[in-house]
Amino acid sequence: MTAVPTSARPAPPSAARIGLSRVGLELRLFFRERQQVVFSFAYPPVMLVIFASVLGADERPGGIPFAQYFLAGIAATGIMLTSFQAVGTAIAGERESGQLERLQLLGTPPVAYFAGKAGQVLVTAAAQLALLLPVARYGYDVPLPADLAHWATFLWVAALGALAGTVLGIAASALPGSATATTTAISALAIVLQFFSGVFFGFLELPGWMQQAAALFPLKWLTQGMRSAFLPEEAGAFEVAGGWEHGRTALVLAAWVIIGVMVCMRTFRWRRGEG
Amino acid sequence: MTTTELAPLPVGSGTTSAAVTVRGLTKRYGGRPVLAGLDLDVRRGECFALLGPNGAGKTTTIEILEGVRPRDGGDVVVLGEDPAVAGRGWRDRIGVVAQGEGGGAALSVRETLDHFAGYHATSRSTAELLSAVGLEESAGVRVERLSGGQRRRLAVALGVQGRPELLVLDEPTTGMDPVARRRFWELIRELRSDGTTILLTTHYLDEAAELADRVGVLAGGRLADVAPPDELGAALRRQSTVSWLEDGARRRVRTEEPGAVLRDLLAVHAEVPGLTVTRPGLEDVYLRLVGAVPTAADGDLR
Repeated sequence: MTAVPTSARPAPPSAARIGLSRVGLELRLFFRERQQVVFSFAYPPVMLVIFASVLGADERPGGIPFAQYFLAGIAATGIMLTSFQAVGTAIAGERESGQLERLQLLGTPPVAYFAGKAGQVLVTAAAQLALLLPVARYGYDVPLPADLAHWATFLWVAALGALAGTVLGIAASALPGSATATTTAISALAIVLQFFSGVFFGFLELPGWMQQAAALFPLKWLTQGMRSAFLPEEAGAFEVAGGWEHGRTALVLAAWVIIGVMVCMRTFRWRRGEG
Repeated sequence: MTTTELAPLPVGSGTTSAAVTVRGLTKRYGGRPVLAGLDLDVRRGECFALLGPNGAGKTTTIEILEGVRPRDGGDVVVLGEDPAVAGRGWRDRIGVVAQGEGGGAALSVRETLDHFAGYHATSRSTAELLSAVGLEESAGVRVERLSGGQRRRLAVALGVQGRPELLVLDEPTTGMDPVARRRFWELIRELRSDGTTILLTTHYLDEAAELADRVGVLAGGRLADVAPPDELGAALRRQSTVSWLEDGARRRVRTEEPGAVLRDLLAVHAEVPGLTVTRPGLEDVYLRLVGAVPTAADGDLR
């Protein structure tokens, strides 16, 4: 067997290189899907307009105008939809149409495929937020993050939240059943998570068991982190823990990303059925 | 004549000349056995066609060889490695034309080829691939707007893109028009003459006869026979069918010695109306090997 003179074939390209080229591919595919683009970019501002119009006169604990409180929630929700929901749905569809089978046959490292999704999500989430913030600022007088430190918080929370959502989406795409069934399950989960995580209502108003369930998922931490970037410092006193819990937020989101990727690399299925 | 093909060789012997060695491969789906101790050898540089009816396990077999489907038992060596545990370097030496779809539907043909070029250690150029499969004029067309046959051609281009040592094709020409099919055959012959080992499954006997150095017929979870296309079913081929009309009814006799039958006939009758002597073609042999036609030689259908 050692005598086989296998032609000196170089090693296949690294996972990093394939991952990078997949980011470009995923972005191109994303922007060619017109409905998806419109939904992703229009949903957060539209929701802001609707809720601010109906509940604009309300105030949240600490005398914070509703729109200001809600901006944090809707920014977090937008990130969750472009990461968790869009990724989970897309993967289920790609698996059903046999695109993942092609990738498997090419020996694509799963982590390179995940990286392509994550890169696409980071770019689209950034574009989505860049559209939402001006609407809030100029339409509803919501102050943007107060200083550089708050902007930094906003950025790391958004990035980590988008990555955690992507991982959650990859995990959810492994749910058994057809792509249609998976899409339905993911949409339902996204809606439930939004309510549990205090996107629409003040998190404190939720029953304790709901708060605890939400704390297991990234959206609650993403929303809380967003509040810490958009709300004044004193508002932290109205959080469950009596503060912004930046350390714990970073820890939970990072754990979701790291442990999630490791789990997904093992459970990821390229095909329907066994594998 | 040469039935040595069927005699199992021990795994690992003569691996320099074997691209694929399979011994005692078993696979069951929910208790139903699909492969029941399959033995298969594909030599380096040959074109091997796997024939068999739907559900015979052709796709299962090649998916196990590709390392994308686990097996229940048996030994499998492909290009010197066990597909169940082989890594990316191994995978890059194998090209696959699967039944499934390619990249994203919203990509053009050229974009698809350009993108996947980056997955291989060494790639054929997009221009070369486009001309090889005859998709030059559709290069800018999105995959979602291609016809079924054009998609198959794109799948073929993707399969050979990484200059594989072993090319595996699962029913490659299904949905292709006759012109595309001929062009595809030409491509396969070129690849073969360049030294690529080719393993294909097909429903089309003419395709197997046209391309394959050897044909394996899969039936009952094993290979019923392995031989060059014109020697397949040697025992069956020796049997001719003598047919004639007697008292308005057609009579048939299957025999290995048609001359003797004819002598007997002519000894009794001065003239024998409707007399034919037929030897089984590839299709007859195939149908009998897979058990679709138990014994009758259907001279009338020919």
